[in-house]
Amino acid sequence: MTEKTDSTRTDDAARPEPTLLPPVDVIEDAEGITLYADLPGVPKDKLNLHVEADTLTIEADIQLEIPAGMESTYAEVSLPRYRRVFTLSKELDSGKVSAEFAQGVLRLRIPKAAHAQPRKVEIRVE
Amino acid sequence: MLYRTFFPRDLFGELDRLQRQLQQSYDLSPSIRGSLRGGFPAMNVGGTPQSVEIYAFVPGVDPATLDVQLEKGVLTLAGERKAERPEGDTRTTIHIDERYAGRFRRVVTLPDDIDAEKVQARCRDGVLHISIQRKAAAQPRRISIQ
Repeated sequence: MTEKTDSTRTDDAARPEPTLLPPVDVIEDAEGITLYADLPGVPKDKLNLHVEADTLTIEADIQLEIPAGMESTYAEVSLPRYRRVFTLSKELDSGKVSAEFAQGVLRLRIPKAAHAQPRKVEIRVE
Repeated sequence: MLYRTFFPRDLFGELDRLQRQLQQSYDLSPSIRGSLRGGFPAMNVGGTPQSVEIYAFVPGVDPATLDVQLEKGVLTLAGERKAERPEGDTRTTIHIDERYAGRFRRVVTLPDDIDAEKVQARCRDGVLHISIQRKAAAQPRRISIQ
């Protein structure tokens, strides 16, 4: 699984506005890959996950309760949208991606295709 | 960092990481307590004539374990975020490790006119929103001329 960066992105024209790059952890084990992404401030219905061919796109909009007439004095999170794109490798089964989203943390599980699972080869000694 | 691949396949990804590290090490802030920006949790601060609004971005932190204290006009937010990974399992590989893990503490100095008795804190979608009312006496008032 590799990440697509701005320079390899093809749909720039469709979405020109700048976005936040959410921090992620990617952990691989024998059965698949687990991805955690920090998306604080995103309600469940504003999270968009796309898997198209071998491309995984995470897009999410931040919604904060902002009182009327508030003026921002200091901002570290200064954009309202997260976006990050990854390229999945062939052995991952993109049809079986499962996702959980709670307290602003997305957990994605992408299992490896059955043929890519490690198999123990038995050695016969004769 | 420990498990970073020895043969980076994605040049752009590596450049991106390099840029991030450069930003962290050279960008501004000679503060002895580290850089002002990029700490965990990220914070936004805003204000209305009636209140001061603080947003702390604490994804994956159980609100019950957060410690928020307001003392002498200084707001302290402390807590811990645990790393979500199997300990001691040698068959796992960490490819990307960017999310913050460990204890954290951030301190914000508040304006003088806040009312420490009127504080509301809510946690939703991994964002802690603290709203502190300003003192009524400090709010602009129209004086009628008799």
